[in-house]
Amino acid sequence: MIPWLPPALTDLLIEAAWQTLLMTFGGAVVAIALGLPLALLLHTTAPGGLAPNGWVNRPIGLLVNAIRSTPFIILMVAIVPFTRLVAGTSIGTTAALVPLSLAATAFIVRLFENALREVDRGVIEAARAMGATRTQIMTRVLVPEALPGIIAAITVTLVGLVGYSAMAGAIGGGGLGDLGIRFGYQRFMPEVMATVVLILIIFVQGLQSLGDLLVRRFSRR
Amino acid sequence: MPDDPGPRPAISLHGLTREFRGRGTPLWALDGVSLEVAPGEIFGIVGRSGAGKSTLLRCVNLLERPDSGRVTVLGQEITSLDEAALRGARRGIGMVFQHFNLLSARTVAGNIAFPLEIAGVPKAEREARVAELLPLVGLEERRDYYPAQLSGGQKQRVGIARALASRPRILLCDEATSALDPETTEEILSLIRSIRDRLDLTVLLITHEMAVVKAICDRVAVMEAGRVIEEGRVFDVFTRPAHATTRRFVSEVIGHVVPPGTVARLPDANPGEERRLLQVLFAGPSSTRAVVSEASRRYGLDLNIVSGRIDAIGAEPYGLMALAAYGPPAAIAEATAWMRALGLDVTEIGEDPA
Repeated sequence: MIPWLPPALTDLLIEAAWQTLLMTFGGAVVAIALGLPLALLLHTTAPGGLAPNGWVNRPIGLLVNAIRSTPFIILMVAIVPFTRLVAGTSIGTTAALVPLSLAATAFIVRLFENALREVDRGVIEAARAMGATRTQIMTRVLVPEALPGIIAAITVTLVGLVGYSAMAGAIGGGGLGDLGIRFGYQRFMPEVMATVVLILIIFVQGLQSLGDLLVRRFSRR
Repeated sequence: MPDDPGPRPAISLHGLTREFRGRGTPLWALDGVSLEVAPGEIFGIVGRSGAGKSTLLRCVNLLERPDSGRVTVLGQEITSLDEAALRGARRGIGMVFQHFNLLSARTVAGNIAFPLEIAGVPKAEREARVAELLPLVGLEERRDYYPAQLSGGQKQRVGIARALASRPRILLCDEATSALDPETTEEILSLIRSIRDRLDLTVLLITHEMAVVKAICDRVAVMEAGRVIEEGRVFDVFTRPAHATTRRFVSEVIGHVVPPGTVARLPDANPGEERRLLQVLFAGPSSTRAVVSEASRRYGLDLNIVSGRIDAIGAEPYGLMALAAYGPPAAIAEATAWMRALGLDVTEIGEDPA
């Protein structure tokens, strides 16, 4: 299928591409699902927020920072018991999803928080003056108003996940990065490495363009 | 009934205090403020920035909670309500903001419907209400526009329609025209007045512009350093300001009575006579009488008109004139007393008015 590669390698490449897609989007889905509520919680409990509460805000902030400051390759190994608990195994693509999701969540929480902070305080005051509840303010004011920033944060996280997933080979997660290392580097097949890099470039480029398009679509400023 | 207490006030603020802690030194944003706003009136609060007027306005719907004092709106004591009841009460108080505070992700119609959505009003009803409000603020054509596509005046019209969506009896305006150009300001002010008349609203507004007060307010309170220093009918406060700060505010709109440099050009008094500068305020029935020539004839004075203006506040005309009176001191004093007896307000102003 790819003229400069032996057919067997083409199959491997397709499998690896699927694994990369799974790890990237799987990690992003978990990160969004956990990250958005966490970011809302951090935003509302921050000093000057809708319900300032240091006892909630500080521990979560600390945990997020701790995950963010651990290099991903170390995080993957360090949380193996947790991975085994969640995924039932500590090797393979599914297992790799656990540390990937965790790292991506910590990453996206801060980006979401920034996006929420960009929402005009006056708009929140207006909603309070109308008698909105805190939940209504979060779901009907904060998130819709921050949507362009939220989409941009998701795009950045997806691109970051593509990079992180290349390290998943260390725990048998597979993926394009792993293929590039094993064949392109360890077996001296530069054409494999070049192909992997080319696919990744196209993939990341596509993600970024789609993200930018959606940001423009939802930006009303 | 022995004495009629009059209509119940729409808004009553009693002994409000609010302290902001800066670095060490406590700062009184509100230092014991009490005010009553009658139903159907447009009440203005003016003051420089930092005078506490914005905090005071936010106390009415408890966006800011006073440290002490009572807030009563339409007979309901807001300060004693729990969270849920307070949210209900807020729905009966519309608010308009200086920077409009519209949701950028919603269209004009979406913004107007927003308070109804929050209140759980069904969709069909919301749409019907939006259809009623759009023509009221003259935005039928802009229904599906986003705020970023509107001019400042149009945005404020959306803000007003939104504030009216849940049929409030009270409208709070937080510097509603301060971000607008003079022409648009006039448009928005007349819109506020016309909705007050049509919907029988009570309006409480804050502003730093006396022109706004002069244009639409019935009564006014002047604030300084967290206190109300003067309060009354706009006509009275404008024509007879009691406090120095009020006089400075009023002079922005009324203008200085004696233009600077004029006094220096006046001729000196003859030997044995004196020159006095008098400020005369005509308001009410005597404004039609030929007071100046009559005073001159009766008391043998030379009266030189230094400056004068005739204007109206609301529908009430008034005249303000500065006279240089030349003559014997006793005659000047008699003429002054005579004019006062006619109901004019005469004050001697210094030769060097600041």
